[in-house]
Amino acid sequence: MGKLNIITKGILKENPIFVLLLGMCPTLGTTTSAINGMGMGLATMFVLIMSNIVISLISSLIPSKVRIPSYIVVIASFVTILQLVMQAYLPGLYDTLGLFIPLIVVNCIVLGRAEAFASKNSIVDSALDGIGIGVGFTLGLTVLGAVRELLGSGALFGFKFIQGDGMLVFILAPGAFIALGYLLVLFNKYKAKL
Amino acid sequence: MEYILIIISAVFVNNIILSQFLGVCPFLGVSNKVSTAAGMSGAVTFVMAVATLVTYLLQYYVLIPLGIEFMQTVTFIVVIASLVQMVEIMMKKISPSLYQALGIFLPLITTNCAVLGVAILVVSKEFTFGGDPQLLNMSQAIVFSIANAIGFGLAMILFSGLREQLELANVPKEFKGVPIALITAGILALAFMGFAGLV
Repeated sequence: MGKLNIITKGILKENPIFVLLLGMCPTLGTTTSAINGMGMGLATMFVLIMSNIVISLISSLIPSKVRIPSYIVVIASFVTILQLVMQAYLPGLYDTLGLFIPLIVVNCIVLGRAEAFASKNSIVDSALDGIGIGVGFTLGLTVLGAVRELLGSGALFGFKFIQGDGMLVFILAPGAFIALGYLLVLFNKYKAKL
Repeated sequence: MEYILIIISAVFVNNIILSQFLGVCPFLGVSNKVSTAAGMSGAVTFVMAVATLVTYLLQYYVLIPLGIEFMQTVTFIVVIASLVQMVEIMMKKISPSLYQALGIFLPLITTNCAVLGVAILVVSKEFTFGGDPQLLNMSQAIVFSIANAIGFGLAMILFSGLREQLELANVPKEFKGVPIALITAGILALAFMGFAGLV
């Protein structure tokens, strides 16, 4: 498998949101605007890349029976680092994303990639896989956030260009489910044409 | 009185799945049949109550006195992961029939963000009961976690009932499977928004 292929498959063919349907909680919970979605995506990408690298390094040392708890501890350590860094330099975004930052630990994508890819592949490949899946996740979250922000408040990346309030329901909880449902329909339709 | 407020707020108004988006993975993953949804809810209720109790004690008697609150995420997830393992072993020994019913769901609960989410919420979120905002005390924390688990079960069972009906419906090709399930969940969440302002 080519190096470029490892990156691109995470973006379209194995997109974590639209194809694998993993990590639904942050996907629905943090995408009230495009910026929030993007911030969450980048935060997850950082953890994904770092944990993939470390797990690929140490996977041969870990007995297979205790591998899942060990992976979780590695991931949790990087999430703690991320929490401290974000609290220091991005307090606004940290408050908006709130509970979902510590919950990156239980994001199925991170553990899923550790188990399915990083534990069996070289460090470089694992890092590239982290980048690919991370970019795919970030793109998915940004698109969903943009759709919800556009419909819900008539703005995009905080730039308001439609007067009035918009359909508030898309900012609230039900809109998240409905918007993602229709995006999946579009994605399926587009994928069938390929 | 505040216990009733906590219960109504957690089960209906701020439903853990439909308004807080915690535990959406099992919500979409194991909601094909009412019986599996009920089994999952039972296992989650049990683990969530025990995990919240243990993490609450750890937070107030270990992490805060030692001044290492930043270790919260690592400690909590390790506690939950080992607790799930322990519950599985104990259940196998004590009640094989319960193990038969819930056993397959237990490993899945480690990565259920609702459990870790509630454990973090009870030690960080401030609640108002007509007075000043305050953190929950221990009995309130337990009631809060059980109420959230009931909310989880309610949403799971309602949704799986809807999905059983959807199996029989004639939906367009692109909508089959997850997309129509998500849209259904959206409408269910709309219905739950009717409870807003109740507490």
